[in-house]
Amino acid sequence: MAENTEWKDVLVFIEVSDGKPQEVGWELLGQATKLAGKLGQKVKALIIGKDVEKYAQEAVSYGADTVYVVDDPSYETYVTRTYCKAFCDVVTKHKPTIVLIGATPLGRDLSGAVGTILQAGLTADCTGLDIDDKTLKLLSTRPTFGGNIMATIFCQKGQPQMSTVRPKVMKKGTPDPARKGEIIKENIPVDPKDLTVKVLDFIPDKAGAVEIEHAKIIVAGGKGVNSPEGFEQLKKLADLLGGEVAGSRPMVEAGLLTSERQVGQTGKTVCPRVFIAVGISGAIQHLVGMQNSDVIISINSDPNAPIFKVSTVSIVEKWQSAIPKLIEQLEARIH
Amino acid sequence: MHIAVLIKQVPDTQEVKIDPEKNTIVRAGVESIVNPFDMNAVELALQLVEKHGGEVSVITMGPPQAEAALKETLAMGVTRVLLITDRKFAAADTLATSYTLAKAIEKLSAESGNVDLIICGKQAVDGDTAQTGPGVATRLNFDQATYVTTVDKIDIESKKIVVKRRLAKGVEIVEASLPALITVEKDINEPRYASLPGLVKAERDKIAWWDAAYIGADDDHIGFKGSPTWVKKIFTPPPREGGPELSGESAVKEALDLVFENKHFKEAVLGEEGA
Repeated sequence: MAENTEWKDVLVFIEVSDGKPQEVGWELLGQATKLAGKLGQKVKALIIGKDVEKYAQEAVSYGADTVYVVDDPSYETYVTRTYCKAFCDVVTKHKPTIVLIGATPLGRDLSGAVGTILQAGLTADCTGLDIDDKTLKLLSTRPTFGGNIMATIFCQKGQPQMSTVRPKVMKKGTPDPARKGEIIKENIPVDPKDLTVKVLDFIPDKAGAVEIEHAKIIVAGGKGVNSPEGFEQLKKLADLLGGEVAGSRPMVEAGLLTSERQVGQTGKTVCPRVFIAVGISGAIQHLVGMQNSDVIISINSDPNAPIFKVSTVSIVEKWQSAIPKLIEQLEARIH
Repeated sequence: MHIAVLIKQVPDTQEVKIDPEKNTIVRAGVESIVNPFDMNAVELALQLVEKHGGEVSVITMGPPQAEAALKETLAMGVTRVLLITDRKFAAADTLATSYTLAKAIEKLSAESGNVDLIICGKQAVDGDTAQTGPGVATRLNFDQATYVTTVDKIDIESKKIVVKRRLAKGVEIVEASLPALITVEKDINEPRYASLPGLVKAERDKIAWWDAAYIGADDDHIGFKGSPTWVKKIFTPPPREGGPELSGESAVKEALDLVFENKHFKEAVLGEEGA
C-alpha cells in the first residue's frame, strides 16, 4: 500500500472571507492538532486570497506547523473554479491524508468541487472527528435525517480523506503568538479561462447585523413567549447579561424576530457559553441548533417540556413571573 | 432553453428511526416526499421556460418507487421525467451519485438537446450534504452558483445568467456563463400545485427508466464500488444529561445558586477568565 505511506499530515483550510479569517479555521486547527497527535503527524494550513499572507502566523499560533499561502490579487473574490484549482494543486503536491474545511456556504461550495476533482471521499457537515485506533483512518461523525440519527463515516479507499466541519462545534484553542512554524508561498496563477463566473456585486447585511453564532450568552424565546411584551422582557435580560436575543422558527414566522436570529435546523447552529431557553418546548429541529451550549437554562411552565432533558437546570414556571425575578436577582448578584 | 432539474425522493425525516437490533434505518412505513428544496428547483425551471420558452427535464436517481416523485413534477407541468435506476447504483455516496447524474445529463443532452441550465435544491433534507450539485457541475465543467435566492436575468443569446446568492453575511450578485448549474434556497419561490392536465399526464405518461449501461456509466464509478465513503455505524444521538427541574416560589433563586457554581456561567456572566 504505497499510497498510505505517501499521504500524511492533516491540512486545514483557513477561509478568508469578508476581509478576515473565519473562526472555524482556528477551531479546526485545534481539532487537527489532536488528530495529528494520534497519527504522529503534522498540522498544515492552507490560506487562499489576496493579501492573506499576514494571517499565516496566526494560523501557526493556533497550531499549524506549516502554512501554505496562495496569495494573489486574482483570488480577491471567491470563484469556485479558481479556488478549487489552487486547492487541488496544493493537495496534489503536498499529499495531506486528511483535509478539513469549515462547513460554511463557501466551504461547502468549494469542497464539493475539490472532492470531485480529487476523486476523494468527502463527508459533509461533521460534528465529530476521530482517528480509528486500528486502521488509523479518519472517522467523521455527522447528524443525518435532520439530526435524528448520527452516522460515522470513513473512507474505504482513495486519498485524501475530506470532511467539512460545522462551525462552532469544535472549540478553538488558546493561540500562542510565540509558536514557530514554516510559511510556504505557493505561486498558482489563475487561468483567465477559469474566470467565467464573475462577482458583480456584494450587498452586505445591514451594518450592526447580529451574529448570534458569536454571542457568549443567548436569551431565546419560543411559542410560550409569543408576544412583543415577552420579547421586550427577553431583550432586557439579554442586555443585562451582555447577550443576544434569539428564538425558534415559529417566532420568526410570527414576525417577532428577524430570521438571522433563528436558532435550529433551518436557522443557525449556536454554541454559546450560556443559552437561556424561555417558553421553548424543545423540538428536535430546535435542539440540533443549540444543544452544544455549555450551560442551558430552561424556563417553561410545562413540566414535560422536552428541552428540560438537555438543560443544565430547568425552572418550571411561567416566564411572566420567572423573567422579572431572574432580572432582579441577577442585577443584585452582578453589580 | 433546455433546463434539467435534479431531484431526490427522501423519507419524511422526522419519522426515521433506527432498528436497535440490526442497526439499520427503518424505512418501512415511512412516507416518502420530494425533497422540499427540489420542489423550489422545479418551480423555478417552470417559471423560466414560461418566460423564455423551452423544456424542463426532471431527473432522479433512485429505486423504482422514486417514480412517485417524478410523477409529482409531471403533474406540476414539466416536459419529461427520467428515472435513473439500476441495482448497481445502490449505496452510492455523493461522489458516485454526482458521477451518475452527470452521465445522465450527457445522455439527455444527446437525446433531447443540450442542457443549458441545471437546477438543484440547495441540499437534500435527509443527508443535508449539499455536495451533489457542485459535484455534477464540476464533472460537467459547468459554471456553478450555489444558494441562489433570485435569478435576475438569463440571456440566451449571450449565454449569461445573473443570480443573487445568499452567503453568511450578505448577498452576492454573480454572473455565470451557460451552461451552468445552480442550487436554490427555499425562499426563491412558492412551488405550484398540480394542475388537472398535469395530473392526467402524470397518470398517463410512461416513465423512462435509464440504467447504468444506457447512460454509459463505468461500473467502477457507481454505487457502492464507486463510493469512497462508507458508513461505519449509525446511532441515535446520546441524550444530554438533564439537570434538576426546579419549581415553586424559590425556583429562580435555586437555579441561580446552581449556575453561579458553574465555571462557564461565571466566566460568561462575570467575565472571570480562568475562574
